[in-house]
Parts: sequence; C-alpha cells; structure tokens
Amino acid sequence: MIGMSKILEKEFITPEVFRMKIDAPDIARKRKAGQFIILRTCDEGERIPLTIADADADEGWLELVVQVVGKTTKFFSRLEVGDSICDLVGPLGRPTHIERYGNVVVIGGGIGIAPSHPIAGAMKAAGNKVISILGGRTKDLVIMEDKMKAASDQIVITTDDGSYGMKGLVTDALQKLIDNGVNVDLVVAIGPPIMMKFVSLLTKKYEIPTLVSLNTIMVDGTGMCGACRVTVGGETKFVCVDGPEFDGHKVDFDEMMMRQRMYVEQEKESMERHCPHNH
Amino acid sequence: MEEEKKLTPRERLKIPPQPMPEQDPKERIGNVDEVPYGYDEELARTEAMRCLQCKNAPCIAACPVEIDIPAFIKFIVDGKYREAINKIKETNILPAVCGRVCPQEEQCQRTCIVGKSRKSIDEAVQIGKLERFAADWEMKQGEAEVPDVKPPTGKRVAIVGSGPAGLTVAADVRREGHEVTMFEALHKPGGVLIYGIPEFRLPKRIVMREVENLERMGVKLERNKVIGKLYTIDELLEDEGYDAVFVGTGAGLPLFMRIPGENLNGVYSANEYLTRANLMQAYSFPETDTPIALVKNVAVFGGGNVAMDSARTALRLGAENVYLVYRRSRIEMPARIEEVHHAEEEGVQLCLLQNPTRIIGDKNGWVNAVECIKMELGEPDASGRRRPVPIKDSEFTIDVDACIVAIGNASNPLVPDTTPDLETNRWGNIIADDETMKTNKRGVFAGGDIVLGAATVILAMGQGRTAAAAINEYLKTDEW
Ligand SMILES: Cc1cc2nc3c(=O)[nH]c(=O)nc-3n(C[C@H](O)[C@H](O)[C@H](O)COP(=O)(O)OP(=O)(O)OC[C@H]3O[C@@H](n4cnc5c(N)ncnc54)[C@H](O)[C@@H]3O)c2cc1C
Ligand SMILES: Cc1cc2nc3c(=O)[nH]c(=O)nc-3n(C[C@H](O)[C@H](O)[C@H](O)COP(=O)(O)OP(=O)(O)OC[C@H]3O[C@@H](n4cnc5c(N)ncnc54)[C@H](O)[C@@H]3O)c2cc1C
Ligand code: SF4
Ligand code: SF4
Ligand code: FES
Repeated sequence: MIGMSKILEKEFITPEVFRMKIDAPDIARKRKAGQFIILRTCDEGERIPLTIADADADEGWLELVVQVVGKTTKFFSRLEVGDSICDLVGPLGRPTHIERYGNVVVIGGGIGIAPSHPIAGAMKAAGNKVISILGGRTKDLVIMEDKMKAASDQIVITTDDGSYGMKGLVTDALQKLIDNGVNVDLVVAIGPPIMMKFVSLLTKKYEIPTLVSLNTIMVDGTGMCGACRVTVGGETKFVCVDGPEFDGHKVDFDEMMMRQRMYVEQEKESMERHCPHNH
Repeated sequence: MEEEKKLTPRERLKIPPQPMPEQDPKERIGNVDEVPYGYDEELARTEAMRCLQCKNAPCIAACPVEIDIPAFIKFIVDGKYREAINKIKETNILPAVCGRVCPQEEQCQRTCIVGKSRKSIDEAVQIGKLERFAADWEMKQGEAEVPDVKPPTGKRVAIVGSGPAGLTVAADVRREGHEVTMFEALHKPGGVLIYGIPEFRLPKRIVMREVENLERMGVKLERNKVIGKLYTIDELLEDEGYDAVFVGTGAGLPLFMRIPGENLNGVYSANEYLTRANLMQAYSFPETDTPIALVKNVAVFGGGNVAMDSARTALRLGAENVYLVYRRSRIEMPARIEEVHHAEEEGVQLCLLQNPTRIIGDKNGWVNAVECIKMELGEPDASGRRRPVPIKDSEFTIDVDACIVAIGNASNPLVPDTTPDLETNRWGNIIADDETMKTNKRGVFAGGDIVLGAATVILAMGQGRTAAAAINEYLKTDEW
C-alpha cells in the first residue's frame, strides 16, 4: 500500500496554492474531464476530495492543484517529491457532458480555475469556441493563466482589486460578453459557491444553460454516506455520485454554503493543534 | 471431564444459561471497548454441558450455514477447543464475527430443544456465545493455520466488495487454487463489519485478522478501487482477464425520510455517523482528523440494529440525552433484544410510537429541535406487523442538537448503473439464482446485501458460500 501513490513533482503556484503530480497510472488512464479523486495523506488523516486538474494516460500521472485551507491540505503541502500518500481513490463523480454546444464560456474563480482547465480543453477539442473567464481577488490568485490560454480560444481576466486584468467580478465580465452580443450557448462555472450562485442568477436571466461543480463535504465518495447531499430542483442529490456538476439554475446554493460550514469550529481546532503558530 | 459423562438430560436441563460477564454500563459509555468480555473456560464448559446432543438437532438447520452445532459443543465439553473451532470453520470462516453479531435468538437458538423445554428462547443453549468462545480461544493461540490451497488452476476471479459475502467467496474460491483479487472501494476491507458495526460490539482487530488470513492464503486485496468507476464489470471480464466476477457490494445507499429540515447541519445518515466514528475514528478527534458533531442531545430515528449502534455511539461521543424515536412499539423493533437491552442499560431513552415530522434549525442552519407526532397501532400491514398511524394533532418537539436517520439502506447503484445488462429488481437489488447466485450475465455472480437488501452477516456469508461453490463449478466445467 505504501509507496503506491508517489509524488512526482511539486510546485507552489502562489504561497497558498500548490500543484502536485502524482503517480497513478490506472486512474490516469480512466479519468475524464470533471472527475475527482479522494485521498488520505496519512493513517489518521481525513478523506478529502480534489479535482483531477490534468492527467497523462501514457505517462501515468495525475495533477492536482490544491489550496491550503486547513489541516489536511496543510499537511499535504508539506509532503515532498518522493513521498507517498497513503490512499488515493478515483476517478469519482460523473464526467462533464462534453458535446458541441457552440460558444462555451468557462468561468474559473480562484482555486476553481484548476478544475475548469480540463473542461475547457475538452470543450475546445469537441469543436466549441471556448471563452474562459478567470477571476481572483488579486493578481497573485489568478493561477494557470498560460494553461488556460492554451485550452481556450479567448481568455478574460478579472480581479476584485483591479491589480490585473479587468477590475471587477467574473459576473461583470460575463455581463460584458453578453452586452457585446456574444451568443453564449453554455456557461460552466467553477469556484466559490457564492460566485457560482451569482453566475447562475445572471445566466438564468438570459436563459443560458449553466453547469456548476459543487464542492460539498464528502466522506466515502461512493454514495454510501450522504454527507455530500444538496438540494437540486427540490430533490436531494449526492454530489459524489450524481455530480459533481449540476444545473446551476436548480441548485440551492444557500443550503450548500450552510452545509460547508458544518465543522468550522472543529476544523479550527484541528488546524490550531497541527500548526499553532503558522496559519 | 468424568463428572460430565454422568449427567442425565434432566440434570443438564437444570443448569441455567451462563451469563457472559460484561463491562459496567456506566463505565463502558466512556470507552469504545467491547461490552461482553467473553466466557472463560469454566463458563464455556458449563454452558456447553447444557446441550442435550439431540439426535436430529434442529439447531443445525436453523443456522444459515448449517454449522454442526452439537459436534462443536461436544468438543468444548471435552476441552478439545482446537477440534471445536475446526468443526465450526468447516462451514463458517468468520466465527469470531458471527458469535458476536448473529441474531442467534432468531436463528440457531430459536429452535433449541433446551430453550423449548425451559419455555423461553432466552434459556436456549447459548450457541453464539460458545462459538465466540471457540473463536477467541483460537485467536489466543497466535496465528491461525493457513488453510490448504490447491495448485494454481490458471483461472482468475474478481470479487467486488470485501464485506462478509466477499470475504467468504474469496476463501472458498482461493482454496480451489484459483487466483483471487478482491476490490474494495474504501481504504479498509471488511464492509459493514469495519465501517458500520461499532468497535464496542465487534473489535476491528478481529476483522483485520480474518482479512490477513485471506491474504496469507494468497488472496490479493486491492483497496481504494471502485468498480464501476475504475473498471466496469465488463472491463474486468474482457480487458482485465478475469474468468468470473462476484458482486458483493452491499446495501450502502442511505435512505432519508424526506421530511423538512433533513439537510440541516447536524443531521446524519447512520452510515455517515457510524463511518465517521468507526472507519475514520472520529471518536479520537483531534488526534485523528475527521470531525463529528460532539453535542449533548441526540435523536436517532429507527428501531433496528443500525439505530441502536448509532444511539450507543452517540453516548460514547459524550451525548447526555440520546432519544431513540421509533414509530411502532417495542415488540415490533427489528433490533436484537440484547442490543435494545444494552442500549437501555447505557441510558438510551426509547421514545416509542412516535415519528419525526420536521427537523427545526437555528439561524446558523444547525439542528435545534425535532418535531414528532404520536402514533398508534392500527391494522396489520403486508409485513404482518400492525401499521403505525399518526394521532391527529399530537405533535410535540424535543430539543436536540443532532439527528441520526437510521431507517434503512437501499442497494448501492454503482455497479448496476455501469452494467446495464445486469438485471435488478425494482428496489435496485441484483437478481441472482438462489441455488447458484448466478446473475443473468454470464460469468457474473452476486450475493449478500446487494441481492438480499439489508440483511445479516450470516445470510451474506451463506450466499457467499453458495456462490463460491457455483463459481468453482463454473470454472471447472465452463458451463453456465
Ligand atoms: C468534488 C470536489 C472537488 C474539489 N477539488 C478541489 C481542488 O481541486 N483543489 C482544492 O484545493 N480543493 C478542492 N476541493 C475542496 C477540498 O476538498 C477542501 O478544501 C479540503 O477538503 C479541505 O480540507 P482541510 O482539512 O485542509 O481543511 P478543513 O479545515 O478541514 O476545511 C476547510 C473547508 O473545506 C471544506 N471541507 C472540509 N472537509 C472536507 C471534506 N472531507 N470534503 C470536502 N470538503 C471539505 C469545508 O467547507 C471546510 O470548511 C474539492 C472539493 C470537492 C467536493
Ligand atoms: C450499523 C449496522 C449494524 C449491523 N448489525 C448487524 C448485526 O448485529 N448482525 C448482523 O447479522 N448483521 C448486522 N448488520 C447487517 C450486516 O452488516 C450486513 O447484512 C452485511 O454486512 C452484508 O454483507 P455484504 O458482504 O453483502 O456487504 P457489506 O458488508 O455492505 O460490504 C460491501 C462492501 O463492498 C464495498 N463496495 C461497494 N460498492 C463497491 C464498488 N463499486 N467497488 C468496490 N467495492 C465496493 C463496500 O465499500 C463494502 O466494503 C448491520 C448493518 C449495519 C449497517
Ligand atoms: S453462525 Fe450464527 S446462526 Fe450459525 S450457529 Fe453461529 S451464531 Fe448460530
Ligand atoms: S437443539 Fe439445543 S440442545 Fe439440541 S443439539 Fe442443538 S444446541 Fe444442543
Ligand atoms: S460522500 Fe458519502 S455519499 Fe457522497
């Protein structure tokens, strides 16, 4: 078991975001855009889901792009090339439904840019015109610009503080595209829930079909526990097996955001204990 | 034992059932250690002497795997514990598990002549406890003997799921010399025995030991492999070169009640709650990383073993009030009597003939109360039990900070969904032939909860045995 999922490459993209290549030939062969893995870094560790940001079937690796937010991601960020993670399972979730829609706008907010990358690539390969909007609070948080450029026909960058690209939110950029008469056939939005909520509210107004990728708290990732449940169109869905992508116009984002905060107190305690001075 | 031989049946019938010593209820809710300590030799042999060694022992047929019960009990009387455990293992590879968790009072012990004579099932020969004794004795002797494995046949069998059904198939198929790979979705093997049934009822080292024994026989275990995702059943058969597949994926799909407030924070399925506690060891948080709600007042909905396990786990996680809300009365409770008794002893408060109607949250979206309605029993329903009917306008609320929904599981759809030509019934259970556990798909067998719906360990094992025999036959003859 040990030594199975070795870390092949590691690089910090920003002080809080790192990219890791992991040896996982069987998953690399099977995975499709939109799918994720669950890993455990060590034996006492929590199972955490992470999107497969890239993969190479021939070379047999996966790439993950991870934002340090708490104990597990912090611990993970301290592993080095040559170390192994104790458990890695995937590919999980349903792949993105890829077809030729016409003009597809892919919106990635913050760390959400990483999972939107394979989707942009697959949409482009299917013959869509892909316009990507990358948003971050500030310049340093806009990651993977080059890769997204290569996967898209056009990219637009927004920062909240105007330090890079257009000043404003991703929704402002989307509104501008619509105002400029771009015919948008599909929007794919991945990022903080609040961003996905407002993108969905905007696209609803224009009746543009919208896919969002939800990052609820998970345990098993196989539909066994129900921890990841959300309300979509009035029905309870399990994000790990029914998703992670859903029709953004139907998702109850407020409930989802509330559920994401379920363990904030304990998460703080865990982090505090793990790195008392450093977070 | 000289004096033993002299006992007449009448004298045997006079010996009362030997109770198993147990941890004190007040102490045990402060730890996760096993509740009953097990018999020592003297208790075991006294209990074993109660058996009348009936000629056509009805207890045998009442055990789903037909253990030769009088034979193994006789060996215990004679102090021949090695022979006793070997006798049991002829038909049951998980005696330490079954001795602990089988609903014995509904199976082997229900038909016992001693119980009948003493006019109480509770007074039957304590077959399960004796089975546990023999298994525990063996464990104390060190490593178990590895069963003989026949020379390699060149055939390969994939087993999907490592619960009791999968474990049983693995042993029986491997013994014939076939190569066996067991695929498990989670990071630990054992199925419900690991993630569901709590440590205080079934210590995890017992399950791990059985899995290690299988590995020593040469069974290959692939953890973290979700079939249906990493490989489909068809890919196992066509691309990965397996000659047969056994599907034992269990009933892991939690049912919810579809009442308002069910997605509030603090509302768990029993599967999630127990998985966090057992598999992820949330009871050691923050030494371990997985959190769980640590609250004072907890409501559990349901009346089966799963509900009892959840309620007793909540106590061990520090809850002061644990309410077990069940819509029928005590006699209809599907949980084992012993478990209900243990739960009450530990302080679980039974709220019978009540049903939750709505879960109420605070401004942060966390549960703070549950509204229930009182019920009364009406006419018998299809199951023969009297149907509970709500009493109009009898709603009331209980203050709670967490709710655990333990009303049952449906079958996990991952495999059927990705194997479209595999026949399932309207509940999503895979359809398999009783005699062979063959599905409609050539080379594919299924058994355990994925076929039976949520059932029991021993029934899952029984189907595993049947399937293994048919798999061995199929690999020999290539006839479907
Ligand atoms: C399908 C999916 C894909 C994801 N992809 C990525 C990705 O590519 N890159 C990335 O950086 N993050 C991703 N996430 C989020 C990532 O799983 C969490 O950031 C991580 O679990 C946090 O763990 P922690 O111990 O470091 O932080 P904690 O302090 O434990 O938690 C911080 C926050 O993360 C969330 N979280 C905590 N535990 C879990 C859990 N078991 N499952 C899911 N969320 C949890 C909660 O909202 C919590 O408030 C994804 C989540 C999902 C569901
Ligand atoms: C809390 C609880 C308490 C119980 N108490 C008792 C009791 O006291 N006595 C009793 O007799 N019975 C009890 N039961 C019931 C008993 O545990 C089950 O009937 C039995 O475990 C079923 O065995 P199985 O092998 O069919 O499936 P499971 O034990 O459910 O195992 C199935 C395994 O397959 C894995 N799996 C699922 N899908 C996939 C996939 N696609 N790919 C790979 N692996 C997969 C799962 O992760 C799991 O490990 C209890 C059940 C629960 C939940
Ligand atoms: S396996 Fe279960 S039913 Fe069979 S003898 Fe043992 S306890 Fe009784
Ligand atoms: S029925 Fe009871 S007394 Fe008779 S053989 Fe079985 S266990 Fe012994
Ligand atoms: S994470 Fe357990 S059901 Fe989705």
